[in-house]
Amino acid sequence: MSELLISELLVENGKTRTSRRNFLKLSGLSGAALVLGFSSGPGTKKLLAVGNVAESFRLTPYIIIEKTGKITLMNPKPDMGQGTFQSVPSLIAEELELSLDSVTILQTGGEKEYGRQVSGGSSSVRGNYFALRKVGASAKEMLLTAASTTWNVPVGDCYAENGKIIHRPSGKSLGYHELVEIASKLDVPQDPKLKDPKDFKILGKNYPRPDVPLKSSGRAIYGMDMEVPGMVYASVEHNPVFGSKIISYDDSDAAKIKGVQKIVRIQRTLGKNKYDAVAVTADNYWAAHQGRLALKIKWDSAGLDQFNSKDYEQSLRDLAKTEGTVVHTDGDFDKSFADAPIKLEAFYETPIVSHSPMEPMNCLVQWTGPDTVEVWASVQGPDLIKGELSRTLGISRDNVTVHVLFSGGGFGRRLYPDFANEAAVISKAVNKPVKLIWTREDDTQLGPFRPLTFSAMKAGLSSDGKPMAFQHKVISPSMGATMQEKRDETGESSSMTEGISTQKYELPNMKNEYVFSEIPIPLSAWRSVTSSTVAFAHECFIDEMAVKAGKDPMAYRLETLLTKDSDTKKLLIKLKEVSNWEKPLPKGWGRGVAQYEFFAGLSGYVIEVSSRKGDGVKIEKIYSVIDLGTVVNPDMVALQIEGGVTMALSAATKNGITFKNGQTEQTNFHNNPIIRINEMPEVEVHILADGGPVIKGVGEPPIPPFAPALANAIFAATGHRIRRMPFDLNKV
Amino acid sequence: MSSINLMINNKSYTIDVDPQMPLLWALRDIIGLRGTKFGCGMSLCGACTIHFDGVAMRSCTLPVSAAAGAKNITTIEGISENIDHAVQKAWIELQVPQCGYCQSGQIMSAVSLLKSNPSPSDADIDSAMVGNLCRCGTYSRIRKAIHRAAELMS
Repeated sequence: MSELLISELLVENGKTRTSRRNFLKLSGLSGAALVLGFSSGPGTKKLLAVGNVAESFRLTPYIIIEKTGKITLMNPKPDMGQGTFQSVPSLIAEELELSLDSVTILQTGGEKEYGRQVSGGSSSVRGNYFALRKVGASAKEMLLTAASTTWNVPVGDCYAENGKIIHRPSGKSLGYHELVEIASKLDVPQDPKLKDPKDFKILGKNYPRPDVPLKSSGRAIYGMDMEVPGMVYASVEHNPVFGSKIISYDDSDAAKIKGVQKIVRIQRTLGKNKYDAVAVTADNYWAAHQGRLALKIKWDSAGLDQFNSKDYEQSLRDLAKTEGTVVHTDGDFDKSFADAPIKLEAFYETPIVSHSPMEPMNCLVQWTGPDTVEVWASVQGPDLIKGELSRTLGISRDNVTVHVLFSGGGFGRRLYPDFANEAAVISKAVNKPVKLIWTREDDTQLGPFRPLTFSAMKAGLSSDGKPMAFQHKVISPSMGATMQEKRDETGESSSMTEGISTQKYELPNMKNEYVFSEIPIPLSAWRSVTSSTVAFAHECFIDEMAVKAGKDPMAYRLETLLTKDSDTKKLLIKLKEVSNWEKPLPKGWGRGVAQYEFFAGLSGYVIEVSSRKGDGVKIEKIYSVIDLGTVVNPDMVALQIEGGVTMALSAATKNGITFKNGQTEQTNFHNNPIIRINEMPEVEVHILADGGPVIKGVGEPPIPPFAPALANAIFAATGHRIRRMPFDLNKV
Repeated sequence: MSSINLMINNKSYTIDVDPQMPLLWALRDIIGLRGTKFGCGMSLCGACTIHFDGVAMRSCTLPVSAAAGAKNITTIEGISENIDHAVQKAWIELQVPQCGYCQSGQIMSAVSLLKSNPSPSDADIDSAMVGNLCRCGTYSRIRKAIHRAAELMS
């Protein structure tokens, strides 16, 4: 029998608790609990219960029903604000006829039996939708069978409701916990009947999220709030000029500060990169930070301090003239473009931005033995920490125990556990548990960042405006090349051109290319990854084609570019309808449309702006349509879209990250601003959820189409074509 | 080091710290009240908002020596015993938080606004809340929830 370490986190029957460790010995539970999940033997995915473990598989319990009445559901997807704390366990709860108020939700800790536990790629709900419903349905069938045996009645006379099995003819009932002893000895149905969606009580409804009261009272525990006995705080001095080396340092002033303990020289590991740094540990964070400010470090930044955005952007413009790697070609672009009576060319530029979640990077690490380590973190995947610490510290994955807390924002930044490694290294050096906290300046300056991408667009049109040739050429650095030891040229040319070759538009003779550029800055995924930048060029240029063809941009898309049916066409038709596209707007107003389809899903906007007569534009209204197929929590979808709009609006209109003398010019929210409440436009959300086998994602799709829809609206209102982000709404 | 007396949520604390230590870190690391959050350290984001004698203030730039001058400092933990302040009820009814990290500060600013202005307009809300950042973009929800809280309180 296997032993499971489960970290109890926050919510139990609506009451709050502090986090503590809780060993759950499965062997001690047999007969006393029904533990149900998937086994992960080689090749097979069988539903197993505790009583049945004759095999040598390890059990992965998603559902634990104890004789005492306690029911626990495991959540394999960390919640960073996208609602998985409710949405993922609700997949089980729905089928098992449980209200979420009656269960304890625990986060998994990266154990390999739970598979991939990363919150990313907009995949948390859609990736688990059927598998976790099956787990719930199977448990219900076993409980029904157990009840029918107990009462000696036909199983068809029994039904499940609210944690009880009820005998319909007599009305008698038994709670699940009363049936556990018998149920745990039964065969597990491998293909249980799933509920008809019309009978759903939770899924598809605006179900209240159990984390909301905690987050509304200061009781939700984030990585930065964790504490263990004997811990010290750490503040680390890095050099924001990447690659700088420490020549020497003097910590004598730092050591004198009351509360400061050990000061150690370390390296920050970020992918393949190792950056020199000095860590100050102390009794409390303030003292550690004061100690860090008192350090005197001699740095060697020779040559590295030359990197600056101005010169780098020019180098990208120069590179655009060269031939790239062809990522997609059909027909003959060169000939068709040359033959086209109408030719269009445009160059688009998008900036580096930071993730800037409200909770700066931090981590708590404790070494529990020479090769074993325990981690408490705000992270997008406990398995990522296991993998990274195993790699960097040279210890077994099984020796890394991870406790996942709520994250104060992720957006892709918390996929890179450099913060866990840094805390672990300091902890080992000072022989105490260490809580590392980065300042907002550290968080802004040390990356990794969203890559900038430039796009050279070309289109050839016939004399009646139909496309004859099309090219989207992306010129950019690659995320992978800045983080991985070995450059994967095929992978990067695909990931840095995401979506540009797969939109449903009927564009003949399309030849898309990628031109790679080196960069000494670490780059990474940022909500919607490359689509967040290339969609700007793609959808604005489609509009330029429409304008050149003398056609309305919506009509051009629907009638010229999308003659066949598709989800994209359906989405645009819905956008046209909800936005009243054909209704005339007041004088000085304009509307723009954009959509984008990529790995995470499909969504689009119609945005209306009003021109303020040479004093910029105002966003008047935003219509959003997202294609999901199936929706689990519609209210959460609306929140994610509003959030996506805010983030995309920040990226489109605020200054972004620029480099000078080798480091970012931005340090905190005064010079790296994000949208504030007075700048937030109203968003009207429409969800397409007509069922079907494909479920699309929510978290990232709202980002890519926003900036182009806005730029297209600004063109319609002012005649001014924007080809560079960021742009200032007060100056267009 | 100095011995500093603080009144937090109507409870008295005596702590022995650098008088320049910001109240934020005294609350979190010395007293153990972690509901007040660190976001920027420069009073630009509002995550650290507390009430100094009922008035919203950023604790990341308020030295404990100055905080000692308050008759009472209220933190998010002191807003209610049972998560039932009208603002919290509105927050829950409208499901405002996403990641939730900024929400302690948002709620403290909202409570302070409604104390002095029981029926705020959208422009009043903008002015009072503009110092509280939310990267998840819950601003529309916050605005609706403040109006709802005003209704509940009237």
